[in-house]
Amino acid sequence: MKGNEAMAEAAIRAGCKAFFGYPITPQTELSAYMAKYMEKSGGVFLQAESEVAAINMVYGASASGQRAMTSSSSPGISLKAEGISYLAGSDLPAVIINVQRGGPGLGSIQPAQQDYWQATHAMGHGDFHILVFAPASVQEMVDLIIEAFDTSDEYRMPAMILADGLLGQMMEPVSFPDEVKIDKVDKSGWACSGHKMQREHHIVNSLYIEAEKCEEVVRKRFERYAIVEEKVHKAEVYMCDDADIVLTAYGASARVAKSAVNQARKLGIKAGLCRPITLWPFPKKELNEAVKNASDVLCVEMSMGQMVDDVRLAINCSKPVHFFGRCGGVIPSPKEVLEEIKKLAGGKQ
Amino acid sequence: MTKGILIAGFGGQGALFVGKILAYCGLIEGKELSWLPSYGPEMRGGTANCSVWISDEPVGSPQVLEPDYLIAMNYPSYAKFINKVSPDGMVFADSSLVEEKSDRQDIKQFLIPAGDIVVEKQLGNAINMVLLGKLLAETKLFSLETVQKAMEKCLPPKKAKFIVSNMNAIKVGMES
Repeated sequence: MKGNEAMAEAAIRAGCKAFFGYPITPQTELSAYMAKYMEKSGGVFLQAESEVAAINMVYGASASGQRAMTSSSSPGISLKAEGISYLAGSDLPAVIINVQRGGPGLGSIQPAQQDYWQATHAMGHGDFHILVFAPASVQEMVDLIIEAFDTSDEYRMPAMILADGLLGQMMEPVSFPDEVKIDKVDKSGWACSGHKMQREHHIVNSLYIEAEKCEEVVRKRFERYAIVEEKVHKAEVYMCDDADIVLTAYGASARVAKSAVNQARKLGIKAGLCRPITLWPFPKKELNEAVKNASDVLCVEMSMGQMVDDVRLAINCSKPVHFFGRCGGVIPSPKEVLEEIKKLAGGKQ
Repeated sequence: MTKGILIAGFGGQGALFVGKILAYCGLIEGKELSWLPSYGPEMRGGTANCSVWISDEPVGSPQVLEPDYLIAMNYPSYAKFINKVSPDGMVFADSSLVEEKSDRQDIKQFLIPAGDIVVEKQLGNAINMVLLGKLLAETKLFSLETVQKAMEKCLPPKKAKFIVSNMNAIKVGMES
């Protein structure tokens, strides 16, 4: 199954009842799959008139207590940014998929990872965070969609799946869980699901005219973020125990990095890989553990260097952190990455 | 065992479909695999290609940059990728379209007149299947039985009639 289709099927199985999309390469198969299967599963598929409209429809559906999702690719995600800030400001869960392509501007349509800063640090105006998950295989796309819906509901904050064109377009074997437990979270305390004159009406809103009130709400939200940072963090640690050189990479570039690590090992170079699966919260604990015995860290990205900042911060610059990246839709080859590893290994011998 | 296969041709020649068949063969035989199509500007006029990995190990980068096996269904694809084929690799191409044969001695080139064969044997447009057949015969990558199962998985019921004709074309290719 293609990554894009697998994410759509996973969302349906995770109980997503409302999907609002707008076509854009390389994400379109996802919307197409939803158009075909969403109605059959008792949900709503709607192709909105624009990305802005789609994200605001997600706001409405989520406010009513339903699991809602939208998907796009880089330029479209920028258009959704305003709506994502409103979702965060209203404490609404939602899943947003970004199948990244080259940028900035219209950029290119090939795979890239140039939206890391946007997703993890600046997904809209105001002081807020969203959950960011970074799958590296089609199977993980499925698993993380389900986790994203659950975590988003639990902490009442939007979650993003930060994928890219390579993962969206590729086919790999995938298996779906037989049964996905849904609606674990009780939303009856805040959802605008119709009060039928039986209870006080609920208000979902992000506007606080009084500055003090607004500060109080933001502070409370950050208390929740602190819990999230403590509980939600994940990374795959591969051959790091004895590694001199630890690579860090997420998503598609982590696959390339893993190939390079395997090739380096064959040459007798002790290399390893720490692959963040959650990008916010950043897996600081796992990364520190992974680089404990390393002399150098090499961050590989399909960008000019974005996650590398978080890597340096997470380990408090305790090791030299080097960077290798390609951007604009160019995928680094394992050979190129291996050359970088060799340079670092050679420097010490 | 790890094999990277690159299948390239003009859009509509069925390069992606050949890749899909091979990927499903891998799935049926319990291998690790990946299938990655090109979807960039090359799809909009020029060569369309797809990368397939079949392996006993988990697949790293899904791009096939130095193929063990190359199927080239037109000359631009042949010219573009012939020098990327890894040493000891194999190339399968339509001989009637290859304008200038590479003189690389470290690879095996199987150039068969697939275009003439499909006309002569009335196999429709199944040049892709003839070349796939040749690949299967020379590499022994998958058995015909596995390919049959993969074909049944890849074609929806309304296209079931193509299962027999495709399998016929593969058999012709194997004997070419």
